[in-house]
Amino acid sequence: MAIELNDIVKQFGSFRALRGVSLTVEDGEFIALLGPSGSGKTTLLRIIAGLEVPDDGSVRYDDQDVTDVGVRERNVGFVFQHYALFRHMSVFDNIAFGLSVRRWPRARAHERVQKLLALIQLEGLERALPSQLSGGQRQRVALARALAAEPKVLLLDEPFGALDAKVRQELREWLRRLHDEIHVTSVFVTHDQEEAFEVADRVAIMYRGHIEQVGSPSEIFEQPASPFVMGFLGNVNVLRGHVQRGRAVVGGLEISYPQHPHDQARAATAFARAHELDILRAADGRPSLEGRVADIRAAGAVVKVRVYAEPFGVVLNVDLTPERRSELGLAVGDVVHVVPRQLRVFVQGYSI
Amino acid sequence: MVGKLASLPARSAALQPRRRPALAEKGWVRWLLIALTLGFIGLFLVMPLTAVFVEALRQGIGAYLAAIVDTDALAAIRLTVTVAAIAVPLNLTFGLAASWAIAKFDFLGKSLLITFIDLPFSVSPVVSGLIYVLMFGAHGWLGPWLQAHDIKIIFTVSGLVLATIFVTFPFIARELIPLMEEQGTAEEEAALVLGASGIQTFLRVTLPNIKWGLLYGVLLCNARAMGEFGAVSVVSGHIRGLTNTMPLHVEILYNEYNFVGAFAVASLLALLALVTLVLKGLLEWRFGGELRALGH
Repeated sequence: MAIELNDIVKQFGSFRALRGVSLTVEDGEFIALLGPSGSGKTTLLRIIAGLEVPDDGSVRYDDQDVTDVGVRERNVGFVFQHYALFRHMSVFDNIAFGLSVRRWPRARAHERVQKLLALIQLEGLERALPSQLSGGQRQRVALARALAAEPKVLLLDEPFGALDAKVRQELREWLRRLHDEIHVTSVFVTHDQEEAFEVADRVAIMYRGHIEQVGSPSEIFEQPASPFVMGFLGNVNVLRGHVQRGRAVVGGLEISYPQHPHDQARAATAFARAHELDILRAADGRPSLEGRVADIRAAGAVVKVRVYAEPFGVVLNVDLTPERRSELGLAVGDVVHVVPRQLRVFVQGYSI
Repeated sequence: MVGKLASLPARSAALQPRRRPALAEKGWVRWLLIALTLGFIGLFLVMPLTAVFVEALRQGIGAYLAAIVDTDALAAIRLTVTVAAIAVPLNLTFGLAASWAIAKFDFLGKSLLITFIDLPFSVSPVVSGLIYVLMFGAHGWLGPWLQAHDIKIIFTVSGLVLATIFVTFPFIARELIPLMEEQGTAEEEAALVLGASGIQTFLRVTLPNIKWGLLYGVLLCNARAMGEFGAVSVVSGHIRGLTNTMPLHVEILYNEYNFVGAFAVASLLALLALVTLVLKGLLEWRFGGELRALGH
């Protein structure tokens, strides 16, 4: 089932949680809502589920407007961050709850629960109470419970947030495989970009109550639509400056910027990821920034170099391959030139 | 009076933190503290409690039983049970509604409501009784209107029930609010998403989660409802066989120098207190983990 959100607005007191969000989720798609805390991603998920009612805008499931349909009638599967398992019920009763309130025949419900127990690999634990399970097992039970009544949509609110890194990784892979098998339209909320990019077909990046960018992981990495997206994706060098007459001057680098041919100067910010910078012993004519190597640290497959360009007060993080580093024979204190292979310039809305 | 006394020390004993070996004091300090505590408990709790039974049985078991099956004593017992049987379920309903509202919703005046629920704890029971006399008595605010419609509240069972409800008002709500706040709303939301109705959610998710805390609250509420003296004394009118509850009956018998009768009825109240304590202990022992969330 496809989900269509049109111009959703939600306000909590004086806090504007969502400021007009529109998003379409295709049938069978796995989409992640990614953003920092307070960006409105959980509120948006709860509105899709019907746990919150939007102040304005509409929610459609396929061709049906469900904005005013109660959460009970929507038949969605919802997985909560802290599991929200019924603590006094066994694993079996937890999974069977939705079937029993929906009046499934006993035999059919029993069969369905057994099938789900096999799916989450917890056969033999159906009599256990949630408190007797590990975090990963609890979240699998929560998933089975959400899937039991064959929902049209599966919604997951930071489902692995409370688990340790190893279990999180396993569950992530398991969830992706599960989705490939059952193809239920899924929306997944997370603040962990690695998790979002690994699991989802498409990622919607949210910030301050609106969606900054929607796209496949590679689209977002290769063409970030805004400074926020660039910064959020992390390990990014930020250079501030201005654009004027077809040139951008940022942090001592001067490059061509034909998009702004005007005499009027505008403030601009340029971004480059650490692996998009290279280090040269001597300038070779390309725009470069001179600085002194402040720190070199080998971190697995990359060598992280910090270069301090004193005249501009800029510290650049450069990732080199170990081969490149030994080729350069780099040592702390060397004076080097940093060259951006790629630089994204964003012009701010105001002039200077 | 005895019932009330017995329920309070049990509460404070449960509130004491567990002894930690890291804080072990010098030998004599420890023994002095233990001796002081035991001395106090012996002097102010065990001795009076023993005295109640000793005095009640002073003239033999026959006199004791005769005092209990006395018509007025039986009427007092029946009335006490009746009042508790009305007041406790009403406070149960109120306590559930109030703690549900406070724990699961945010609304204007929430902290004011919590303060109001605590009011009966801080007001002297005699004042609680007087409030009802001032409202419903012959010269009270609603007195003339009630008289015109031939409704009697003060000096009747209705008055006793009202006063008892007021005094025992906070017990159940106070137990449930922290428990429900700690449990949050996630399980209820999960039930709703899974298709359960409000009633199904309450019966199958909320109630099982709070049942032990609820039972605990009912126990305390009942002990207080049966043992209350001050508030009911003001509104009762002390009509023998009609509006005399057990604690009031004890007082009357005592003032008439009928010591065996007074202590016999008092021993029943003391027994009620002991049974409450044992049940409470059992609950804590059996469901310690679930009750710990109560903060006891």
